[in-house]
Amino acid sequence: MINDLKDYFVFVGRCLAKTIEGDWRYFLWMTALSAVTLLGLNAYCKQFASGLMVTGMSDQVSWGLYIANFTFLVGMAAAAVMLVIPVYVYKDETLHDVVILGELLAVAVIVMCLLFVTADLGRPDRFWHMVPGIGKFNWPISMLSWDVIVLNGYLALNAHICGYLVYMVYCGRKPAKMWYLPFVFIAIFWAISIHTVTAFLYVGLGGRPFWNSAIVAPRFLASAFTAGPGFLILTLQFIRRLTKYQVSDKALMMLRSIVQVSMVINVFLLFCELFKEFYTDSAHVASAKYLFFGLHGHFGLVPWIWTAMALDAAALILLVLPLSKSLKYLDLACVLAIVGIWIEKGMGMVIPAFVPSQLGEIVEYFPTLNEWLICGGIWAFGLLLYTLFLKMTIPVLTGDLRPAGAAPGGPH
Amino acid sequence: MNDEERELDGGSGGMTRAAFLAGAATSAVAATAAALAPLKDVTDLPSLEEFLQQHYKELTPEDKAAILERISKQVEKDYGVRPNLTDQPPIPGVEFGYALNIGRCIGCRKCVYACVKENNQSRDPQLQYIRVLKMRKGSIDVETSDHHYEGQVPEEGFYYMPVQCHQCRKAPCVKACPVKATWQEPDGVVVVDYNWCIGCRYCMAACPYWARRFNFAQPEIPAGELNPDMGYLSNRPRPKGVVEKCTFCLHRTRNGKYPACAEVCPTGSRKFGNLLDPESEVSQIIKNKRVYVLKEEVGTLPRFYYYFDL
Ligand code: SF4
Ligand code: SF4
Repeated sequence: MINDLKDYFVFVGRCLAKTIEGDWRYFLWMTALSAVTLLGLNAYCKQFASGLMVTGMSDQVSWGLYIANFTFLVGMAAAAVMLVIPVYVYKDETLHDVVILGELLAVAVIVMCLLFVTADLGRPDRFWHMVPGIGKFNWPISMLSWDVIVLNGYLALNAHICGYLVYMVYCGRKPAKMWYLPFVFIAIFWAISIHTVTAFLYVGLGGRPFWNSAIVAPRFLASAFTAGPGFLILTLQFIRRLTKYQVSDKALMMLRSIVQVSMVINVFLLFCELFKEFYTDSAHVASAKYLFFGLHGHFGLVPWIWTAMALDAAALILLVLPLSKSLKYLDLACVLAIVGIWIEKGMGMVIPAFVPSQLGEIVEYFPTLNEWLICGGIWAFGLLLYTLFLKMTIPVLTGDLRPAGAAPGGPH
Repeated sequence: MNDEERELDGGSGGMTRAAFLAGAATSAVAATAAALAPLKDVTDLPSLEEFLQQHYKELTPEDKAAILERISKQVEKDYGVRPNLTDQPPIPGVEFGYALNIGRCIGCRKCVYACVKENNQSRDPQLQYIRVLKMRKGSIDVETSDHHYEGQVPEEGFYYMPVQCHQCRKAPCVKACPVKATWQEPDGVVVVDYNWCIGCRYCMAACPYWARRFNFAQPEIPAGELNPDMGYLSNRPRPKGVVEKCTFCLHRTRNGKYPACAEVCPTGSRKFGNLLDPESEVSQIIKNKRVYVLKEEVGTLPRFYYYFDL
């Protein structure tokens, strides 16, 4: 037991050592990310000292970019694990190798989610009030308490699965099913649950008609399964260009079909929502009107949502055409879809519910520079983490990193 | 092991890399220190006692006494007055209710300012619990209301509808709070423990009446304007980063007084009393007048009623 632990720590140590190796491109990338992270940290320190008044939020629009990013990222994290389904449920091995990369992405993204929530807190020093056992947790009543549980649980699950599988590859041993398969299946359900619970956070509020719609959770899942695998398509191509790690075109095409189907469903659900809002044309349409066409001379979100619509439409067309079998167009489609969904779910979903306010007042929300910097910092930190994870794992997967004594093998 | 690493490194010598990494580490430390610099402006870090303070409902009477003393001292230091800070318990057999005569209110906003004064709300940034809506006659749709009307009141063709916390029986804000920092007292008042709230603002998203306010900055009250009669769960000075709201002036009403807004209203539009006492003024109004609640469809069962004479 003790020896096993020792071996494991040696393994982690050696993986860590890998992160300070690389060519100038790697160091440039890491330096740039660190710089942006530090800018974000600096902006956060300012916010910590002066309070949330440095943001564009108000009593009327009490959530802003942080929660918008949070919502988007929960989806990314959930979707990363969806690659697991074909591999383990349908025994289709095409995506086998990229599963670990997907789960690593989930870990990095969940960390970003937790950082975004923390950035949004008025009293981050009281975070321990949320820790079950020592704090006072309003579970199971509060949807936010559910979210805290499912997100942290998801983080732990994926960290375990990745850590275990990669270690087994390193040791050259066959992973014991009981140590990962049950967790993999739990993780699949858990992935759906994190995004559903996050949707329920909004849906459960009767006083916010814009959110109070049963279709929010399915919409969230559909958009997540577009953005998540889309991001992986891009990442995998970087990996195969920059490292010895082989990713087959077949795997990329498999991801393409996931993105394709999800994007179609996503746009369809969006259409259903819009029909309900605008055809009914009840008093509750005010938020949607504000979002798409502006309300009483206020047009703050109109450019955002039409940008998103244009990007979504372009991505959809590219994806359904055979054109996107060529990687160049597929990449373009993924970028368009990711940005489009980021806007649609963030600025297009979180903010309009606050405009007009519950008492009909229109106060617009414009994020401040400081807020953007904090968001940029968290994104950079997330990418930094993911890069480090990849840097640690890929040498193991390609067989370059083996226990001392074992001959470095070829790709397994 | 070193040999192997150097091999994989593909040529760039070990020494150069070590020097490079050392340089990188030094600049990283310097840059991080610079990034953290704004923290030196932090003036309101909680003391250890404050940091470790338990949830209101876990406190023993001794704990409470110590906390009240600590807060009193702090107020004395900050504002130069020794406050009369208490934690008055709810009165058994009392459930507070409010009735507002929508036909009489003239929209003068005296209640708004009396409330700010009574409850030690921040003056800068200005924070108010009561919002008076100027409504066109013939409509109860708040979306056509004017929040920022000025000039002579009352204006022909309009009526005025003040809105504040409705102390809902089924309060969505209480359900939302992840840490039970806001709850309903036995007398129906929904309160916030300013020492427990983490500032997530989920309750603000949940409230259908826009009744909750957030301290985006350190609240500022000129020393001379502080109201020294304070309740722990109501009008004691708040820290930044927490949510607050109307408490029906519980430090007054639990001592048999009227809320400040009811007392100041020049038209007598505001009626306050015990819903459990069938003879009380509010109970009589609910029984005999035309009464409605705002946004009945959201099912919050408010304890705040609007009524007409007639
Ligand atoms: S009016 Fe709003 S703050 Fe007051 S009890 Fe109801 S939901 Fe809570
Ligand atoms: S802001 Fe405070 S009172 Fe409101 S839900 Fe969050 S912790 Fe609870």
